[in-house]
Amino acid sequence: MAVVFEKPKALSDVPFHYCPGCTHGIVHRLVAEVIDELGVEGQTVGVASVGCSVFAYNYFNCDMVQAAHGRAPAVATGLKRALPDNVIFTYQGDGDLAAIGMAETVHAATRGENITVIFINNAIYGMTGGQMAPTSLPGQVTQTSPYGRDVKYAGYPIRVCELLSTLSGTALAQRVTVDSVKNVNIAKKAIKKGFENQINKRGYSIIEVVSTCPTNWGLSPQEAIKWLRENMLEYYPLGVYKDVTAEGGDK
Amino acid sequence: MAEKVLMKGNEALAEAAIQCGCRHYFGYPITPQTEVAAYMSKRLPKEGGVFLQAESEIAAVNMVLGATSAGVRAMTSSSSPGISLKSEGVSYIGGSDLPALIINVQRGGPGLGGIQPSQSDYWQATKALGHGDFQLFVLAPSTIQEMVDFVSLAYEVGEKYRVPAMILSDGMLGQMMEPVEFPTKKEGGAEKPWATNGHQNKRKKNIINSLYIQPEELENLIRERYQRYEQIKANEQRAEEFMMEDAEYVVVAFGASSRVSRSAVMQARAEGIKAGLIRPITLWPFPEKFIKKSIPNTKKYLCVEMNMGQMVDDVKLVVNGEREVGFFGRTGGVIPTPAEVLDQIRKMAGKEN
Repeated sequence: MAVVFEKPKALSDVPFHYCPGCTHGIVHRLVAEVIDELGVEGQTVGVASVGCSVFAYNYFNCDMVQAAHGRAPAVATGLKRALPDNVIFTYQGDGDLAAIGMAETVHAATRGENITVIFINNAIYGMTGGQMAPTSLPGQVTQTSPYGRDVKYAGYPIRVCELLSTLSGTALAQRVTVDSVKNVNIAKKAIKKGFENQINKRGYSIIEVVSTCPTNWGLSPQEAIKWLRENMLEYYPLGVYKDVTAEGGDK
Repeated sequence: MAEKVLMKGNEALAEAAIQCGCRHYFGYPITPQTEVAAYMSKRLPKEGGVFLQAESEIAAVNMVLGATSAGVRAMTSSSSPGISLKSEGVSYIGGSDLPALIINVQRGGPGLGGIQPSQSDYWQATKALGHGDFQLFVLAPSTIQEMVDFVSLAYEVGEKYRVPAMILSDGMLGQMMEPVEFPTKKEGGAEKPWATNGHQNKRKKNIINSLYIQPEELENLIRERYQRYEQIKANEQRAEEFMMEDAEYVVVAFGASSRVSRSAVMQARAEGIKAGLIRPITLWPFPEKFIKKSIPNTKKYLCVEMNMGQMVDDVKLVVNGEREVGFFGRTGGVIPTPAEVLDQIRKMAGKEN
């Protein structure tokens, strides 16, 4: 019988712990498919961060290191400098990447650190139970912004791809989402480009995936996708913010 | 290099690391250790190595975590306030059972403190450099030659037991010059089957991790780690005994303050006082065996430190009330003089002028 669908080889046989409707599962799969297609599982070392994806080290079949909160880019830097011919990726959430790890993120990017960063932006701290994130939207109700995020008081959410696209070391800064088949395909292409950039030693690549957190948003999976489309994509427009490859016009 | 060369302590440390095969250094500028970074930035590129100035101490130590995870000999150095920042990463290194070399060229604290030599990070280094149940292997050099020799020892012991190692130096040793000799190169080190360097489809995947959600699992892991600590305590205690054969009044001092104490002990001997010196070389494990052995012949102990009294607690724990344990210290970056220590030895021996 012909196999029409199977789990990517780079994903282990462990069931994901993610909530129903959470998009981590899709993104994990896309990363694993890319690793399979490029045939680099044996050379890849992934860096899991702190947040809901902390157990990523159990889900990918490549070697994995679990980093402290926000420090994944620094750990990845150490790995990559020791193993320049290996493929090193980090998988980070918005609190990890854009709050506690912003210094590590900006400096890894500006050094042109030759790594691939998968950035899950779901506008909330998921693992700790739904606190305000650096990417929580204006007015968004969370456990620590119970009256809605007041930008006059708590400031504005950070647009990471826009910010990192100003840095010379950034090879790719692209924002994608996985709310539809079409967007899943675009996301996969972006992730693949991020890995290829690294293999071709082009520098720092970040793929921001605008994601859902139905549990902490207090929405059903369907409602969460709707909320993402109607609220997040307005503040976080999808698209390529920087691309140094020929396809991006060698910007 | 068989002949002796005159070198500054910080540069000797750096050169020793290179000779031990360290090719990955991650640091951040801070007085009085910056020469380590400057030396590495000059030498490592010529050795095919990596010198990287990180955006912070926190990033530097996490880069070390990444590099040592890959299986290479890595190192970072800093001074007291910077070491506090590194404490997060050191805890993760300890909790992930990784070897790594961390250098602390101590200055006065707390806070920004001062930039003059100090030993006020003894507690931090030996008791709690970061959260959680874990220890570092801590060496305290007292000469520039020991700054060299202890680098290979730190790597070897750290790799053997899979624990982070610290050389607890100070601004005086870091900045002073002495002739040193570099031993024959000892590169390579232990096999590292645990390294996350890509499984190449030839072995099962490796995971470097410090997260264990099940309390029993975490407890078992920590207990296993503490069994290794017991082995370190049994096998790796080191101290120097100076004029201890018939000593009745024993000074206990490490690092820079032991140099001052040594002079004072010699002067006390010249005055007919049976003084001696125990110089802890390993601060963790604390050289209990050496203190214990000395108790029967000793009338009194005196700890001399460049802090407000930190190691003295460990001496008291070993002596366990059997003898009086006094303390003399200068702090804030002040180095005690031999005359001050001699005065204290005289007092201890009941021979006050």
